Amino acid sequence: MTLTQPTATTAPGTGGHAAATPRRAGRLPGIWRAGAARSKVELWAFFRNKQSLVFTLMFPVILLVVFGSIFSGKVAGTDTDVKLVFMAGIIAAGVMSTAFSGLAINIAIERDTGTVRRLAMTPMPKSAYFVGKLVRVIVTTALETVLLIGIALALFGLPLPSTPERWFTLGWDLALGTVACAMAGAAYSALIPNSRSAAAIVTPVFMVLQFISGVFFPFGQLPAWMQTVAAFFPVKWMAQGFRSVFLPDSFTVVEPAGNWELGHIAMVLTAWSLAGLLLTAFSFRWRGPRVR
Amino acid sequence: MATAVGEHPVSVRGLRKSYGDWHAVQGLDLDIHQGEVFALLGPNGAGKTTTVEILEGVRQRTGGDVRVLGCDPAEDRREWRARIGVVPQTTGAYSDLTVREVVEHFAAFYPNPLPVGQVIDMVGLAKHEKKQSADLSGGQARRLDVAVGIVGDPDLIFLDEPTTGLDPVARREAWDLVRYFSERGRTTVLTTHYLDEAEALAQRAAVIVAGRVVQCGPLAEFGGRSQTPTTVSFRIPPELAGRTLPPLPPGAEPAPVGVDGVLRIATYAPTALLAALVPWAHQAGVGELPELRVHRPTLEDVYLDLIREHADGTDRGTDTTQSITPEAGKR
Repeated sequence: MTLTQPTATTAPGTGGHAAATPRRAGRLPGIWRAGAARSKVELWAFFRNKQSLVFTLMFPVILLVVFGSIFSGKVAGTDTDVKLVFMAGIIAAGVMSTAFSGLAINIAIERDTGTVRRLAMTPMPKSAYFVGKLVRVIVTTALETVLLIGIALALFGLPLPSTPERWFTLGWDLALGTVACAMAGAAYSALIPNSRSAAAIVTPVFMVLQFISGVFFPFGQLPAWMQTVAAFFPVKWMAQGFRSVFLPDSFTVVEPAGNWELGHIAMVLTAWSLAGLLLTAFSFRWRGPRVR
Repeated sequence: MATAVGEHPVSVRGLRKSYGDWHAVQGLDLDIHQGEVFALLGPNGAGKTTTVEILEGVRQRTGGDVRVLGCDPAEDRREWRARIGVVPQTTGAYSDLTVREVVEHFAAFYPNPLPVGQVIDMVGLAKHEKKQSADLSGGQARRLDVAVGIVGDPDLIFLDEPTTGLDPVARREAWDLVRYFSERGRTTVLTTHYLDEAEALAQRAAVIVAGRVVQCGPLAEFGGRSQTPTTVSFRIPPELAGRTLPPLPPGAEPAPVGVDGVLRIATYAPTALLAALVPWAHQAGVGELPELRVHRPTLEDVYLDLIREHADGTDRGTDTTQSITPEAGKR
């Protein structure tokens, strides 16, 4: 056997240094394309995830069915069913569930699993992430509201809004309430250290605000201090707006102000939207809490 | 936006990163050349990942000059991001999406992404492209990370321990992927603990110890590897015990025999040494020297020596304005 020397020895990777593949010219996808891509996966993820479907979407529905079957009688001093007051309130709770709880938990999980950090390493416009979240919240909240009103209509005799003005109030109260809760949720997610504790940190806020904001009990019957505390948060105002949509105007005798305070509602919800936006802008961390 | 002619894709001067009194990176210099695979080596906690994350624009630096593809990574510009590919150390989770959906999703952010099918194929996930990403095994999830990192067809790729958790076959596939980008003239920065991986893929490397570069250069000449003697060793059979060694080639130095009964001779002329040893053993009736080995210093030997050598001077708690070790900054 004769030993031969290899003729062409190639060092690893020296193959094509001179011939770098030329780049094709291409445009960096902007906010529309990136936002659309984000929105698509947001919706896929929401509807495929059993946990978010059950916990976020179905929880208020279950509350509606359970308490709708329990409550009976009239609110003291009025001719209005307790059930009706509760049904208007649970719509506000539904908005809070999808827009606040659902979003806060979702962002906390995405931060914990590295999705947020990973997206920050791509050329995605940062705003596309929030566009996707907004689409997620709008679609899920709209679905939640339709579900709740539909079930209330079919099972518990909720009357549809009687005038165009009331439909209009339903629209803006829903829209402003959704944005206010979503902004608050995005800001609140900064307080959640990891995905395991997410539900535990979000749910108490959700539950307590429901109780003190007149969802389960007529607001006028709550202790004065509780009314004062609740007035700082959006749920009380949202619920009041929905009462103005579904309840007779005569009910205002037991409302704290003696009228629906529609101007106040719009103002507080707008203030919460702006405050949440500012808080989110300052507190949102793309790189995770460890990174300095 | 384009890198200026003659400018290195990565150029670092005097990089510092401190957390209060702790100096994770203290005066690091580095040049990574166009088109090469560059390995960053060093023990855990040496500052490799911190350095890489600063280069990726994921972490802010305390001081020093950093240019990556002609830009300061801290500016975090989108056009710049589109030319960078990152495979981070921690495996990502992409809940409720299939493998193909994840890769398609990330491709949507780049101006010139690679075809999604091709990327999935390249990382060896073609059979699993319809699988939910949450159902992937650890190694498969790691491949998905790689796919997400390269789908934008980057000019500069950062791979932070990309093959950790992969089986040997998957590791070789990952190596092929690195070579694919290398052949396309792209630059790769590879952080790894596997020295065979560095040796197989990288042309040049740097060893980072205690936040400084203690060695940087072509791997073949690493740590003066070409100048380090070869060791010839064998177990002394009874027939040879007590015999005097034959005349050895100049420079060959037998080490004292230890309890293991193995004779080790360091030499720069292993062939001449064997030519002297073999007839000598034959004369004593030994046809086969037991456990005969000719051991050239491996990258691992050089690396471990370097780490040992620099194990002192790792005090990073005080502010030192000048290098403790003369090797720091030498290139």
